[in-house]
Order: sequence, then structure tokens, then C-alpha cells
Amino acid sequence: MNNNSKMNNDSKNHLIKSLEKGIRFDGRKLTDYRKVVVETGVSKNAEGSARVKFGDTEVVAGVKMMMEKPYPDTPEQGVIMVNAEFLPMASPEFESGPPGIDSIELSRVVDRGIRESKAIDLKKLCLKKGEKVWMVSIDICTINADGNLLDASALAALAALQNARFPEYVDDEVNYKKHTDEKLPMDKLPLPVTIHKIGNFFIVDPSREEEHGVEARLTITSTEKGIICALQKGGATLTNDEVAQMLELALEKSTELRKYF
Amino acid sequence: MSYTKRIDGRKFNETRPISAKTGVIKNADGSASFTIGNTTAYAAVYGPRNLYPKFLQNPSTGILRCNYNMMPFSGMGDRVRPGPSRRSKEISMVTQKALLPVLDLKDFPNAVVDVFIELVETDAGSRCAGICAASMALADAGVKMRDLVVAVSVGKVDDKVVVDLDYNEEAYKDGPVADIPLAIIPSTGEISLLQMDGEVTKEELIEALSEGQKIVAELYEVQKNALKERYSSKTVQE
Repeated sequence: MNNNSKMNNDSKNHLIKSLEKGIRFDGRKLTDYRKVVVETGVSKNAEGSARVKFGDTEVVAGVKMMMEKPYPDTPEQGVIMVNAEFLPMASPEFESGPPGIDSIELSRVVDRGIRESKAIDLKKLCLKKGEKVWMVSIDICTINADGNLLDASALAALAALQNARFPEYVDDEVNYKKHTDEKLPMDKLPLPVTIHKIGNFFIVDPSREEEHGVEARLTITSTEKGIICALQKGGATLTNDEVAQMLELALEKSTELRKYF
Repeated sequence: MSYTKRIDGRKFNETRPISAKTGVIKNADGSASFTIGNTTAYAAVYGPRNLYPKFLQNPSTGILRCNYNMMPFSGMGDRVRPGPSRRSKEISMVTQKALLPVLDLKDFPNAVVDVFIELVETDAGSRCAGICAASMALADAGVKMRDLVVAVSVGKVDDKVVVDLDYNEEAYKDGPVADIPLAIIPSTGEISLLQMDGEVTKEELIEALSEGQKIVAELYEVQKNALKERYSSKTVQE
């Protein structure tokens, strides 16, 4: 057997045998999500916040807005920033310290979807050209890591952005104690779905155990119109055919996830 | 001026609404969440487990390591930059000292018990909420303990001694304020954390401490109920 994953050969064989029967260790079908729970407004001091659970995976995302000077090359645009913290609280595999490569990749993929789909109109975040723009920072914190952190994090980030309200801004100062009714200028939902390849099978929403058996993955971010706005491949090689199948599945699943908005 | 009525309408010796839950983080050996008003702390315990680097090991007992951290969006005001700060390091240290007196880690030489405390939202009293959650998480993990630890802030706003100050009270402008985070071991009444900032007279301080002792039982009940609920037959089946 050609095992390109972290899982030992016996467990991997067992997993593949199970997938051949169309059933996963926890009883799900190959393309079933675990129970998804989305809750917004979970952190009162944040301008927007959301908690997302995929089974035992749980993440919290929060949006803070600050008034900053724009970057010199984009004087008329606001700034968005996505950051992910793999808190050591969430898993024995996570350690304290500066962000590791996994959390950097996750935050960059989430960021890319939001940025490239132009979901947020950055020009509307500009108050005074070259001087004052809103900086929207989205922080994602893991509570419990049991696989598929990326999809859960992206969903939480989007839900938090939708939940966000601008703080009051008077006399050149942000008053974080008072929020207006104004929402972020956001008109698209760039939702990522990661398709994982184990043997010749494609699955979605792997548990931590299944994730160890994954050979390749492809994250496909798409908007409600089916426009693909970001991709990220991980692990082993994929063929054209496989990419096509994964795209199809991802678009189908993203429609399914949209019902949580 | 006299502080006749609390900003949020509470009685002077009344805490904000409290809720607590244990077993909230599956991956951890023990976990809990503790909410008081708009302050919510999560605590996860990992261990006893191997401690590296080796020079940190103590051959006569296991050690306790605490880490207090605010989520970047949890603060009143600006985003909190991720990673340790001078403030969070100090709080981690006093949290460890507050919990250690109830623990017995002699059975685990060279090992470590890690406690990770994360604040999801804060409205003052975050170190106390963290300590409450941490002591429940340690109990949930089955670490040998003499008692839980209850923590609450007491203090003074203007001319009144109050319990569980929120942010608006800490920032009260029309008179002196004192904020006194307190951790108490309920069964003995011993104080395992005591800090204070602000201005206070000796008499007021003594009064504040005794108000703290009085309110302990209430928080202790919430903690015990959360632990009992987790191990009642109904929740085990879930």
C-alpha cells in the first residue's frame, strides 16, 4: 500500500475498507458534515463574533475595528487582516509560542477567500483618503481541535463579519462602548470547502483521526454564484480528473453550508 | 459625592450573574468555562504529562504551569495583540500561586500539569474568572485536590465597599476606586491570591475582605453544581 499519510498502515487499511463500504468511523457517509452549530454575538466587546462547531471541533472568531492610516499604495482602501491562534488549550498537539505554519496557512487561506472575492468593499472603509481608514481585524481562536479547522474557522470568520457593527466614531476617536447599527459593506459569502482524499475516496469534514489518514486535500472557496475565488492544495499530487471531481463536490457542499447564514 | 446606587443597579454585595460548565473541551484532560457578567473564561487542563526541557523537572513533585491569555477581540477597547505580555505573564504567575495550595502533585515527580486559561470576553474580573474556571478544570481532570479555589474581586467605589466590580466601576471618575482580586479556599477561608490597585483605607480593606469571604459560598455552589452536573448519570449518557 502506498501510504502518504501520518496514519499507520493498519489503521489506514481499516479506514479505507470502511470507506469502500461508504461508511466512516463515526457512522457518517463520505460527504456528510458533522453536526454544524453557528452562534453569533458570543463576545460582547468585539464588534462582531461567532462560535462555530463541527461536531467536537469548536472555534471562536471575533472582529475588531480600528481607525488607522491606510497603506501608501492603497490610500483609498480600508484594511482587512485575518489571524488564527491555534491555542494550546484546544489540542495536546498545539504548543504555546509564535504561530506555526498550520495556523499561518489557515489564516492566509481564509484571508484570500474574503479578499479575492471582494466580499468587503474596501473603498467604503475609507473615511479620509490617505489618512483615515477602518482596519478590520478578524481573529480566529481554537477552542477544541478535532479536524477540519479550516472550514470551521472560515465559517466562523464570515459569521463574525456579518454579525459586526461599526463602533461609534466621534471627534477622531473610536468609542468602543457604543455600536452603531451599521454593518460591514459585505455582499458576498466566500465559503471554503475542503475536500480530502483518502485512497481513491473523497471525504468532507474529517475528524482529527481521519485527518491523519488524508493523503491530499484541496480547499475550494466559492461565492453563492458559484464563482471560485481561492484554492489551496495540500499533501500529495492530484490529477486533472480528481480536481474536477473535487470542484463539483465542493460547490455542492458550499450550497449546503450556506443555509447557516 | 456618594456612590448611592451601582451603575448597573446591583446591590453593593451582589455579583453579576454567574454560570459555569465543565467538560467543555473534549481534547483536554479536564476543562471548564466560567462566566460572570460579560467576562467569560475557558480553562483546559493537560496532564500530568511529561515535562520538557528536562531541567524544569522536579524529582520530588509534579509542577503546575498556568497560562493566562486574552483572545485578541476580548478586550474593552483596542484589539489585544496575540502572545504573552507583561500583564498576562504576571497574571499567569499569580494564578499558579493561587491554585497551588490546594493541589497535591507529589504522585507525579518530574511531570507537569498544564492549565491554559483563555478569555473569550472581558469586563473586569478576568483573572478571578480564570482562577474559578481553572480550579474546576483541575477537579474535572481528576487531579488530587484539597478543595476548589474561588476567586472574586472586591473593592471600593467612591465611599462604598462593593463586590465584583465591572469595567464601568473600575473606571469610575467621581471618587476613589480600589480593585482587590481575591482567591479563597472555601473550606478554610485561606486567601491564596490578594492584589489591589487604587486607594483604600485600612478599615475599608478589612471590610472588603470580609465581604469577599461572605460571597465565596455563592460562587462555590455554582462551581460544585457544574461539576456534579457533568458526572450525573443523565449527562454521561449523552
